[in-house]
Amino acid sequence: MSDDEVFDAEEVYARASWKKTLFTLVLLGSVLAVAVFATTMGAASLGMGESFGAVLAEFLPVEEVSTFAQVVVLQLRLPRILMAIITGISLGVAGAVMQGVLRNPLVSPYTLGLSSGAACGAAIAIVLGVGVFGTGRYIIVINAFFFSLLTMAIVYGISRMRGTSVETLILAGVAMGYLFSAVISLLKYVSGHEELREIVFWLMGGLYTARWENVIILIPAVLFFTMLLMRYSWDLNAMSAGEEVASSLGINVNRVRIICLSLSAVLTASVIAFTGIIGFIGLVSPHVCRLLIGSDHRYLIPCSGLIGALVLLVSDTACRTMISPTEIPVGIVTSFIGVPFFLYLLVSRKRRWWQ
Amino acid sequence: MKLKVKDLSFSYGSANTLEDITMELDKGEIVSLVGPNGAGKSTLIKCIDRILKPQKGTVFVDGKEAARLSSKDFSKMMGYVPQSTLEVFPYTVFDIVLMGRRPHIGWRVTSNDVKVVARTLRFMGIEEFASRYFDELSGGEKQKIAMARALAQEPKVLLLDEPTSNLDIKHQLEVMNIVKKLVQERKISAVMAMHDLNLASRFSDNMVMLKDKGVFTVGDPESVLTPANIENVYGVRAEVRNGHMGRPYVMPIEPL
Repeated sequence: MSDDEVFDAEEVYARASWKKTLFTLVLLGSVLAVAVFATTMGAASLGMGESFGAVLAEFLPVEEVSTFAQVVVLQLRLPRILMAIITGISLGVAGAVMQGVLRNPLVSPYTLGLSSGAACGAAIAIVLGVGVFGTGRYIIVINAFFFSLLTMAIVYGISRMRGTSVETLILAGVAMGYLFSAVISLLKYVSGHEELREIVFWLMGGLYTARWENVIILIPAVLFFTMLLMRYSWDLNAMSAGEEVASSLGINVNRVRIICLSLSAVLTASVIAFTGIIGFIGLVSPHVCRLLIGSDHRYLIPCSGLIGALVLLVSDTACRTMISPTEIPVGIVTSFIGVPFFLYLLVSRKRRWWQ
Repeated sequence: MKLKVKDLSFSYGSANTLEDITMELDKGEIVSLVGPNGAGKSTLIKCIDRILKPQKGTVFVDGKEAARLSSKDFSKMMGYVPQSTLEVFPYTVFDIVLMGRRPHIGWRVTSNDVKVVARTLRFMGIEEFASRYFDELSGGEKQKIAMARALAQEPKVLLLDEPTSNLDIKHQLEVMNIVKKLVQERKISAVMAMHDLNLASRFSDNMVMLKDKGVFTVGDPESVLTPANIENVYGVRAEVRNGHMGRPYVMPIEPL
């Protein structure tokens, strides 16, 4: 075989990789651009100059920025924008990893019962005032986080009893989801008016609770877990061909599965504990990416996270400005914006755009 | 590379699936595992490749105990081609074959990895599919890609689980010719679980006939494929004729 042809293949591969890298960078740029734009959007009308001034004033001795602008941008909008980005990243990354590790396109934090678990924990805190680690300001958050992880542990435990079949794991997740929903319904039924309202709000999900103190902890945590999961990209690629092939490629399938599922459960639980249930993003972001750049997890994981961030940020900005000063719960808007776009991609099968 | 299986037993629960299997494979040799459904052909292949963990017995690779090698080192020696491959998510053919480099690469794909993949695709005659998506291809093409992935591992022994059972006659011959060419040119060995006795007869140096979880007989196709053996193992009355290149050709007549 001539060297020319070998190098040709190399060039084709390099070009394909470059396109995927470029796509990732474009997504990153879009998220940043929308974030900057979003600081100027809201009930109080502030221009670009005022918003930037407010941010800069934190770091530099800039002259004359109104305290009003500073409060609005720094205390209200910025934490919320960052919360939208990291929540989107977490759900997108967790969705991509869970689908990959279980080889199933229908899997998401929602289908595996994690969201219902979190909701159940939150509802227990709201209605009964019972927390796993006592009571206090963060009782709902801690309960939601703990119940979400507990669900993952139970679902995995059940599947282990039956020899870790993927189908058992998914079905156990769906079943646990129903069980938790029943508990939530019961709690709703017995709860008073105020509590009922709070549960309903929690179930719809939203970013209105974003505070600097939470965001500052979540950012490093989310980035750290995302990087950790990306280290398993090659293993996830190999596992998509089935357990036997993966195992013959030197991968300890059970070990990779439990590590990836645990990490993505922690990732999901730590954001939904604060935001409530935000469906759809974990399921759909990975699919949008696969349609656009294929399934190589080295690119799929970061892109899925960035798509999640982009969709959630756009939706959240829309829902806090469309009928301001009130807002629409973000879960409703994500579905309104995301579903038509996803169906369009699905029907038009545009994944060859990228080839 | 010499492969030796000694006293291997495996069970999926209570009933034994394989009992005291002993067999050997020399470098540059093609060995077929034949036997009726449920005789344990696929299970034996999976036990050799450490996909399944045998309860008893040892696999030796060049005198070394396979179970003691790290999974990475072991996967550089053995390539596995499943009976059929189902990719749930869209991957290009190039990406799938590149997965075979998994035992060799860290995070970054080196230019050597890309060259090995390109060379393998070329060797298999499927380089024009490189940037196509796997799910758009036919069964025969998919089988070749699964083989290419195993070859990209650069293994010393290739294990194939019924490589021809889902293919039309042209692809059956193409796939078998590739195995033969590989064994001759790269001096690797191949173990194949086979249903088609005539393909096995024509392409193997030796055959291992399994019956009731154990080895019934071992030898070259002439000595294994006799009417008496086929009657005994498969419960089928058959005539054995002189086929292509003097290899035995089995003509099944009726079940007994």
